[in-house]
Amino acid sequence: MANVVTNDMSIVIGGDAGQGVESSGAGFCLSFARAGLHVFGIQDYRSRIRGGHNFYQIRLSERPRLSHSNPVHLVLALTPETVDLHLDRLAPGGAVIFPERFGIDPAPAEARGVRVDSLPLMRIAEEHGSKVMTNTAALGAAAGITEFPIAYMEQVIRDNFAAKGSDTVEANIKVANAAYRVARERYGADFPFKLAPVKDAPKRMLINGNEAFAMGALAGGCRFMAAYPMTPATSIIEWLAALPHEYGVVTKHAEDEIAAACMAIGASFAGARAMTATSGGGFCLMVEAMGLAGMTEVPLVIVESQRGGPSTGLPTRTEQSDLLFAINASHGESPRIVTAPGTVADCFEAGWRSFNLADKYQCPVVVLVDQALSSSLVTLDMDGIDFSQVEIDRGATLSHEQLDSLTDGYKRFAFSDSGVSPRAVPGHPAAVFAASSDEHDEVGHITEEIENRRRMMAKRMRKLDQALADDIRSPELHGPDGADVTLVCWGSTFGACLEAAHEINASGGSANVLRFLDVWPIPEEAATAALSRCRRTVVVEQNYTAQLAKLIRMTTGVKVDDSLTKYDGRPFAPEEIAAGLGKEVASGHKA
Amino acid sequence: MVTRLDPKLFDSTAEVTWCAGCGDFAILKALKQAFADLAILRALKIAFADLDILPHQALVVSGIGCGSKLPDYMTVNGYMTIHGRPLPIATGAKLASPGLHVVVVNGDGDSYGIGGNHFVQTCRRNPDITQIVENNQIYGLTKGQYSPTSDKGFITTTSPDGAIEPAFNPMAVAIAAGATFVARAFAGQPKHVAQMIEEGIQHRGYALIDVLQPCVTFNRVNTYDFYRQRVYNLADEGHDPTDREAAWRKAYEWEERIPLGVLYRADGLPTYDDQVKTLDGGSPVSRLTELAKDPRPAQYESLKDGFL
Repeated sequence: MANVVTNDMSIVIGGDAGQGVESSGAGFCLSFARAGLHVFGIQDYRSRIRGGHNFYQIRLSERPRLSHSNPVHLVLALTPETVDLHLDRLAPGGAVIFPERFGIDPAPAEARGVRVDSLPLMRIAEEHGSKVMTNTAALGAAAGITEFPIAYMEQVIRDNFAAKGSDTVEANIKVANAAYRVARERYGADFPFKLAPVKDAPKRMLINGNEAFAMGALAGGCRFMAAYPMTPATSIIEWLAALPHEYGVVTKHAEDEIAAACMAIGASFAGARAMTATSGGGFCLMVEAMGLAGMTEVPLVIVESQRGGPSTGLPTRTEQSDLLFAINASHGESPRIVTAPGTVADCFEAGWRSFNLADKYQCPVVVLVDQALSSSLVTLDMDGIDFSQVEIDRGATLSHEQLDSLTDGYKRFAFSDSGVSPRAVPGHPAAVFAASSDEHDEVGHITEEIENRRRMMAKRMRKLDQALADDIRSPELHGPDGADVTLVCWGSTFGACLEAAHEINASGGSANVLRFLDVWPIPEEAATAALSRCRRTVVVEQNYTAQLAKLIRMTTGVKVDDSLTKYDGRPFAPEEIAAGLGKEVASGHKA
Repeated sequence: MVTRLDPKLFDSTAEVTWCAGCGDFAILKALKQAFADLAILRALKIAFADLDILPHQALVVSGIGCGSKLPDYMTVNGYMTIHGRPLPIATGAKLASPGLHVVVVNGDGDSYGIGGNHFVQTCRRNPDITQIVENNQIYGLTKGQYSPTSDKGFITTTSPDGAIEPAFNPMAVAIAAGATFVARAFAGQPKHVAQMIEEGIQHRGYALIDVLQPCVTFNRVNTYDFYRQRVYNLADEGHDPTDREAAWRKAYEWEERIPLGVLYRADGLPTYDDQVKTLDGGSPVSRLTELAKDPRPAQYESLKDGFL
């Protein structure tokens, strides 16, 4: 047998929608996370409930991983199509496991040095349970061939199937064990990729970006959310709605995204920390309301989890094509902050930080994530979510006590150097006011008077200068200074870029990563300075038009040297980035 | 002696930009009256002190259109929003701060046209808010185009051959959609308008008061005289507003006789806000006020267990 590699591999489980690929994949991830392995799991599925190829790709390692990776080492095929679709991605020495009745031709795989192993998975499932447990059999077989202790999987089966009764639990456990034994006996000795529990590993959460964001929002005091279901943002409201009632989070599934954004604005106007979440199509419907929040200086948090557009596009897949849209959304000119978390830990921070920004600058804050970040399951250390770090900063929001001591007539939109005016929420006799989407004076009355218009417009827009001075984060440089190539990125591609840079540096090349965390207002001076220190810059973006490169050029005049874009809806793997840069970059030598 | 709260409490110094003779004036006056009258009621019933409505205890949310400028002309918490959307904005405010008396004021185009879906959903949702629709059967602020409530055949700049669609029937739609208080008033009878608004605010749940309110500038058909010749008060004819079948029949009366008053009401039903379990023990606003003083991070620690 070739050299054994332990705890560094990727597994694909693929099948038709409705075969339990997603739940099997998530359960599988959990069993590895509990064994102390670091997990990065991506879902790849189509916009349908039954039929059509789906897969789950799980990367396993003893160190934290920031993206999925190719090649893969083991494919669990629940349909014949899975074998065809994933064969090209298998590493030499890898294997495909599939049920006995598929009739797969092994020749193409064997030509690649990959083994195709027919196992009696359906028979095992039928013998110990029922045919629907074929996926459990496949997972058991995967544990067998990698020699990963079946006990972890048994525990996940107990947890996940408990509600279905002990018969279902026991049948699944029997199926998993039977498949485990067969696979291990038949192939275990020959398969070079192994998985083993990590001794003394700390407990880790298995969590995705949406869940981490929702936790951050909760800890940040958000107690109102309205949304209309839209993949891949839906799990945010689902998570908050499922919380115990004592947390007091009011969630409203609204009649459409317009209503969702408006309900959040109404709740925020009344004094709550309120948000909505959607994807690009829903965000299209929200932008008029977003302008209202900008004009009337109402804090509002909008999560925009991007997916493949335009129109319905690739509804279950990832893209970063709404950057310029978010920055420019809504007619006229109004202030907004756009931030772009890149990791699950970033999402937690964005959850509470966004509300602080919204309150401090009394404007909309758009959190741009994407399907890859929203849905990928990642292991996170327990202190990766640190509630004690959460601050609730309400900015210039007036407390009841401050309102009690108001002497002069209250001016909700008072002119100020920072552009921010002390904000009262309805309910105090000293601060009765009306806000209007029409241009208004300091009190809030509608006026079209010239001087007032000039001053009021400037006041609103000035808030962004204040945000730049106080809160907007400069782009972060990761990796060695003075590298030959700098990968410039924003949002979820950060993980794959960082891994690509590591890979390039490990193989003799020289690369680092410059990532933008806050994308509007763009930190022009810091961006110019950071970019001017780079030798060769390449933006890496999941869109067609290299939107970050355009934004950088538009705001700083700096032209990024090259762009590596991808708009097929599938997230970048580090190997694709390295390959996209060309051989000379990857190796540091001229070809 | 009980002192009557003066409606002037709600007066504003802002310049009123409505046309002379506009029915909006009547609604403005009536609304001031309504809040004031309710406050007397509260004064009489100290036990209900929580419901004492003063300018800071109410929130008037409007959309876009002539009538939607109303909050600018009052001293009251107001939010003049965007076209068609005041209902979801008001609903969000009510859910965040249930103690506020939330009133929506918008027009027929705003409520029944661009905001039609929100109108239908709000009827069945039954939040404890009151909506006053200034129904002038025309788009006034854009200078005279037909609206959802314009009668079939109505000639305007966008319907030179007469409106083709039959008029939207807000009373029937509201009843069908499950509204728990459905009333109509006429701006030519301001006292009755005030009475209807009062009853609407007192009603627990969503209340619709559709106010027939002639546009003196752009609507030369549905004038004060047009209505005066047709309106009658349901209360004078022994209508039972709790009888859904009877209400349904009244909702279809229009051509010859136009009923005013409460067409339908269903009392004692739980409001939307009553049924939101997470509102027990605090509101999003009150909870945030507490958290801003003491964020209590430890309360969330156990949530991590859900990811292990």
